[in-house]
Amino acid sequence: MKIQLHVWRQESPTAAGSFETHVLDSVSPDMSFLEMLDSLNEQLIEAKKVPVDFDHDCREGICGSCSLNINGVAHGPQSGTTACQLHMRSFKDGDDIYVEPWRANAFPVLKDLITDRSGFDRIMQSGGFVSVSTAGVPDANAIPVAKQDADEAMDAATCIGCGACVAACKNSSAMLFVSAKVSQLALLPQGAPERGRRVQAMIHQMDQEGFGHCSNTYECEAVCPKEISVRHIARLNREYFKACFFGKED
Amino acid sequence: MNLDSKIPEGPLSEKWQKHKFNMKLVSPANKRKYHVIVVGSGLAGGSAAATLAELGYNVSCFCYQDSPRRAHSIAAQGGINAAKNYPGDGDSVFRLFYDTIKGGDFRSREANVYRLAEVSASIIDQATAQGVPFAREYGGLLANRSFGGAQVSRTFYARGQTGQQLLLGAYSALSRQIGLGQVKMYPRTEILDVVVVGGKAKGVIVRDMVTGKISRYKADAVVLGTGGYGNVFYLSTNAMGCNVTAAYRAYKRGAGFANPCYTQIHPTCIPVSGTHQSKLTLMSESLRNDGRVWVPQQQGDSRPPHEIPDTERDYYLERKYPSFGNLAPRDIASRSAKEACDAGRGVGPGGLGVYLDFADAIRRLGEQTVRERYGNLFHMYQKITDENPYQVPMRIYPAVHYTMGGLWVDYNLQSTIPGLHVIGEANFSDHGANRLGASALMQGLADGYFVLPYTIGNYLSGEVPDDVDIDAPEFERAEKEVRDRMAQLLSIQGKKSPTAFHRELGQVMWDHCGMARNRAGLEKAIQRIPEIREEFWQNVRVTGAGEGLNQQLELAGRVADFLEYGELMCRDALVREESCGGHFREEYQSEEGEAVRNDQDFAHVAVWEYQGQGKDPARHVEQLEYENVKFATRSYK
Repeated sequence: MKIQLHVWRQESPTAAGSFETHVLDSVSPDMSFLEMLDSLNEQLIEAKKVPVDFDHDCREGICGSCSLNINGVAHGPQSGTTACQLHMRSFKDGDDIYVEPWRANAFPVLKDLITDRSGFDRIMQSGGFVSVSTAGVPDANAIPVAKQDADEAMDAATCIGCGACVAACKNSSAMLFVSAKVSQLALLPQGAPERGRRVQAMIHQMDQEGFGHCSNTYECEAVCPKEISVRHIARLNREYFKACFFGKED
Repeated sequence: MNLDSKIPEGPLSEKWQKHKFNMKLVSPANKRKYHVIVVGSGLAGGSAAATLAELGYNVSCFCYQDSPRRAHSIAAQGGINAAKNYPGDGDSVFRLFYDTIKGGDFRSREANVYRLAEVSASIIDQATAQGVPFAREYGGLLANRSFGGAQVSRTFYARGQTGQQLLLGAYSALSRQIGLGQVKMYPRTEILDVVVVGGKAKGVIVRDMVTGKISRYKADAVVLGTGGYGNVFYLSTNAMGCNVTAAYRAYKRGAGFANPCYTQIHPTCIPVSGTHQSKLTLMSESLRNDGRVWVPQQQGDSRPPHEIPDTERDYYLERKYPSFGNLAPRDIASRSAKEACDAGRGVGPGGLGVYLDFADAIRRLGEQTVRERYGNLFHMYQKITDENPYQVPMRIYPAVHYTMGGLWVDYNLQSTIPGLHVIGEANFSDHGANRLGASALMQGLADGYFVLPYTIGNYLSGEVPDDVDIDAPEFERAEKEVRDRMAQLLSIQGKKSPTAFHRELGQVMWDHCGMARNRAGLEKAIQRIPEIREEFWQNVRVTGAGEGLNQQLELAGRVADFLEYGELMCRDALVREESCGGHFREEYQSEEGEAVRNDQDFAHVAVWEYQGQGKDPARHVEQLEYENVKFATRSYK
């Protein structure tokens, strides 16, 4: 396959960026999208040019490192798939492909296709946990959980924290990400004692980081590689209102 | 080299309890005076950093990823073993201990393995309390499944994403401590050296991967939870960033490296599709519960699989191991696949693959049941290969997956450098020559939550807090060496990319130190690797600059260390003149092609000591004493 690749190049967070066009002549349909970028980089190194930097690690769709807007869609054309699991057979010979980093104020570009997603970590640090320390916990089977609750909690817990939801949202909202954790812990008895405080703290931090609000367009669900449902946003809203109106401040 | 394993006296089942009582404690008021550096944020590093912070120590935690949540523990699929005996099928601490020792082909330390089995149950309690959504039965209690190498159901799981869920549990505990200010987290930061002052580990030299700034950090103890060295093979199931640098730098500073030749090759991976391949993808070995492995009987048979009648197929695992069949342990299944392909009976591109066929299972159980059991794996397979495994058999081939060798540690998880502790896959202690499925998660978390937090107190209680100067000559020297090396890498400006050298090394390692090894091949590799290394230092091209984000520079540094480390692996494999677990020497096999161990001469841990640039490393030995189990030949026939 032959493709024309238009890649976003940006030297540093403060530099202006622009698209750079490269032609790749011998792309195999069995290559993953990132392997295609690898081959571009080999080509650039050969030509004594600086290769394109992009985040990637496990390349099996679970670590959440890769974060590419491909032809305007977070993680590209295939649903339920991270960019590293997208293969070139999803494209046609002669295609033009545009590759950009996540676009969101809360995810500033560090270089080329790499963004700073540490805002997600700070949201988790504000309350995305159960406050138990190591040891001194009850036997695992002393906490029964209905299977359907455990399954739904697991649906939410599969979030890989890639940020596609934010990148796809016109408001750069992090609601799907936050709701996945809030929902998981609200569904489980282990999360109950802190549920009010947790949701308030996480929402507060989300606002601090500059993520926008949710206006129910559901782009987030459409691009989520783990297909996390917007129903968790509904549960997040319910948790939040409950905490604000009836919760105890502490 | 002092290899005192410090195994406590007394009966096996009382050692850990007694040891915990005998160890010195640091009082709560004094804990805050100590500072611990934890390198790595996976199951071992993340759980250790969180637990040490909960206890009141000041912790600095470093990881190369952009977030501690992305460490490669996240990719583990199948499950985690624990001797809970919830199903009431006869499991016990002793049985888990015994299975692990036997699975490791009698090359691990009894006391360590027993302790691992002993604390395994607490891990499940801890993770559950954190809100890890393990699979449950309708009654609301936890579900279990069976796994290779065991005859009881002791594996806990969260769909096919157990590693992810356990890591996110540890990450949540770590996040809580970061929020409380007890842990200072340094993401996108790579360790480039360990600093030893007065014979003790007192700090690290790191590079900020965003700004390129090189800096020093000091502490009262250093903990490495930096994972394994599988990427020395270039193609493996490890994440792209996994590397041996921290462990190898520690080795060069005096830490013994144990059993570097022990590598696990996992039998059920998706075969290589071309030279562009950057990494391999594993599929859970649970597939072998229902899939049948076969190759055509005839060499070079190129007919599509459905045209090959049953009588012309060789279901070689069922034929060779009638009682375990397709569920033979990992090392045996991998080696048999290689044999079939070496005999010219492999399938798919390049003949490097064997069929894993679900046609019989679909006939027997119906497609729906197969979909429920393996749906996500079939989906993943189809995504990567563009073939529908419900209709055509999967093609699989073994791939490098886990490394049992690692830095030598004593019972306290301390290396031969006082103050340098090593946990998780980075150490060598628990899996012997072969690791059983669902035991990696168990060991990482056991070390981080339940072992190190006790044993490190014993070390710190003898240390004066904050007794080194960050301007000490040792820090000065280490930092200068790191800077010089970076500058050298950038100045060569040769013709080949770091990846090209990595690929070349990987091929040598795979050919000569992979699934099967022999003297001639290893000797050839020991000759070839220094040649590649020499060319690397003359002809590598590292683009960009030392300042700022530069992924090529990161890669070049890691490849440079792999180029030295690979040679050490081959040396270890050459001296170990026996076949055990993942280490198969072709000279030492029975007439039927089974591994032949030599307990007389090799029931020991081989520990390598660095002797300086250009000198051969020295090999030391820690004899393994078995008081509670008897040597037995593993038989799965």
